[in-house]
Amino acid sequence: MLSRTAENIFWMARYIERAESTARLIQMGQRMTILPGPIHREEWRSVLRVTGCDALIEAGRSVSEADIVRLLLLDEKNPSSIRSCMMRARGNGRAVRTALTQDMWEALNDDWRRLESYDTTRARRDLPELLDWVKTRASTLRGAAETGQLRNEGHDFLRIGGALERAEMTLRLLDVKYYVLLPETSVVGGGRDHYQWTSVLHALSAARAYLHVHGGGSYTPWRIADLLILNRQFPRSVSFCFGQIGWHLDRLAEAHGGRKAAHDTVAMMRSELRDRENGEIFEEGLHEFVQNALSITNRLSREIAQAYHFG
Amino acid sequence: MALFEMTDAFGVVRPCYAEVQRWVDEVGIEGLRGRLKEAETIFRRIGITFAVYGEGGDPERLIPFDLLPRIFAADEWRTLDRGIRQRARALNAFLYDVYHRGEIIRAGIVPADLIYRNRAFEPEMIGFDPPGRVYSHIVGIDIIRTAEGGFQVLEDNCRTPSGVSYMLENRETMQRMFPELFGSVRIAPVDSYPNDLLATLKEVAPAGACGDPTVVVLTPGAFNSAYYEHSFLADMMGVELVEPMDLYVDDDRVWMKTTRGPKRVDVIYRRIDDDYLDPLTFRPDSMLGVPGLFGAYRAGGVTLCSAPGAGIADDKAIYLFVPEMIRFYLSEQPILQNVPTWRCALPDECAYVLEHLHELVAKEVHGSGGYGMLIGPRATRAEIDAYADRIRANPTEFIAQPTLDLSTAPVLGAKEIVGRHVDFRPYCLVGKEMRLSPGGLTRVALTEGSLVVNSSQGGGVKDTWVLED
Repeated sequence: MLSRTAENIFWMARYIERAESTARLIQMGQRMTILPGPIHREEWRSVLRVTGCDALIEAGRSVSEADIVRLLLLDEKNPSSIRSCMMRARGNGRAVRTALTQDMWEALNDDWRRLESYDTTRARRDLPELLDWVKTRASTLRGAAETGQLRNEGHDFLRIGGALERAEMTLRLLDVKYYVLLPETSVVGGGRDHYQWTSVLHALSAARAYLHVHGGGSYTPWRIADLLILNRQFPRSVSFCFGQIGWHLDRLAEAHGGRKAAHDTVAMMRSELRDRENGEIFEEGLHEFVQNALSITNRLSREIAQAYHFG
Repeated sequence: MALFEMTDAFGVVRPCYAEVQRWVDEVGIEGLRGRLKEAETIFRRIGITFAVYGEGGDPERLIPFDLLPRIFAADEWRTLDRGIRQRARALNAFLYDVYHRGEIIRAGIVPADLIYRNRAFEPEMIGFDPPGRVYSHIVGIDIIRTAEGGFQVLEDNCRTPSGVSYMLENRETMQRMFPELFGSVRIAPVDSYPNDLLATLKEVAPAGACGDPTVVVLTPGAFNSAYYEHSFLADMMGVELVEPMDLYVDDDRVWMKTTRGPKRVDVIYRRIDDDYLDPLTFRPDSMLGVPGLFGAYRAGGVTLCSAPGAGIADDKAIYLFVPEMIRFYLSEQPILQNVPTWRCALPDECAYVLEHLHELVAKEVHGSGGYGMLIGPRATRAEIDAYADRIRANPTEFIAQPTLDLSTAPVLGAKEIVGRHVDFRPYCLVGKEMRLSPGGLTRVALTEGSLVVNSSQGGGVKDTWVLED
């Protein structure tokens, strides 16, 4: 496969995944702002921070829903906005039309100019519908790939891009919100808060999964951290995502007859995640763990680009 | 009165259109207009669009599609088929000749100036033998029909004629939407075109290629107006769609950059102009292109389709001589005639053109896509005067033709079937063998009375049927 094709597919998968994650974050933020109490007021600020857009609104100013809709949904100049991500995913897809199935392309192309016509006021009015639409585009693309795409290199790069982006989003969320998960004694940001914990789960559509994994009932920070980092059944957990990346990288290695630095990085990360118990992560420091995992994820992205001769 | 292809001289529906007429009566105009919306939705979703940049509006515009097929009876097609193949043979023979001994110039048939001083003539190609002696592997011939002249050739396209994806997609859409129609009429299939194209390209692989030749489609990229077609053809042939940056030349061979490292390329179906192929040979200021590509081609390391310099054969000034070429190289009489043409390069003819500009269609010799032309009867006095000044300043750059009364084909109007002017472009493939799909692209000027069918100027397309006996 052409290196350029592989690169475009990889980024297409990342951008569409990013658009979807951002849509989830906005839904989570909306959920939090309708809850009572002053503690949730700064929820929009943390949404900005998770998406790496913190600098767009000066520190100290409170962030409103209108700001979020404008910056994270509609703003074509903000490379992290949903609109930018979807445009870029489509641009990547269009550049490699022949590597996508017809259905995958239709998932990217259908109604692609929809967000252009919206201003902030109208977008806020239609927000639930628009965010669902974004999530549906991502699901449709994945579904079309699942049942229609040849299991060739292109598919591997698609899955690697998607899994890498998911791992990164989970880690970024933990990076921003780690303090709500710290044991009571060392809480940084106020009292222990049921809503804060569940907000983390909601941002990753993990609320129901949590109940199933832990037999319903009580929320504890270490169980939440366990689900999002170590659980091997939950598809947005760091462990699951690295498992997927590893599996697809192995397939590439088999097809190409050679392992690269990226393979070692993933293997190292996987064994670390396998041997850990979440108690250990808390002991060593959740924040340190998350920061380290984020830097490994970034390094991995660079190593993949190198291994397969991206641009 | 323009020739309306659906009916005979007495207004009776011709046998080849009988089934379509029955279908229209059955579904009704209302019903058909509803189906047209469906078709447009399909096109938009699939992404069959045509990019027109720099004009504002939708950057990826749909080409309007008309539901009613344009139909050729079996005997009409037999004539066209022979005429098209004959023309494609003669054009390739001409290209070989002008880049070798130039017999046709020595024989005094084509003036030397017209070739050697032509911008489309490529001196780098002199003396070089492309594989199979084929220069133009895909010849698109634009054919019109008039009441007096029958089928006539309006122009030849020897470089990289576009539009064949519409031939295939229009048929696909019609079959998907109206299976009932296809059950009752025997229509010659066109779906082997991608296979035929791949076979053609493989036939002209360089002698040094080992095993099954690797073919690629070379596109300028996703912003090219015909990008959809490039990706469609690569897809349908199951070959890579590459951009210049995906290729490099090493030791007179061409390689593409893949995830496994370099892979050898044998045949390049390039959809890029000569000027942008290789900055070392053609345009040093170009950032596009693959440095060294032309050297690799001349060394026999790769085959370029079409050959650089093939454009000399479809130059509008050369067009005049194609009937002569057919007689000269093939010793045959031309089956398809040219449209009468005046050359402004000749003083007598130029004088005639200037005097009759209000009733002629004048064109730039090197123009394409319907740009830079003047349609006399539709132009204002001021436009005509301005154009006349341009001709006087540079007569060799212009030709003129009578305003042709193009035939019309049935089109779905608001309330009824109406006639609109059409032309036709078949695609003749030339490798070791010659292959011609029974069909092509019918372009239609959807505005009443308009003669401009170019998609960049609001023309539409329709499916083209060749009926089997």
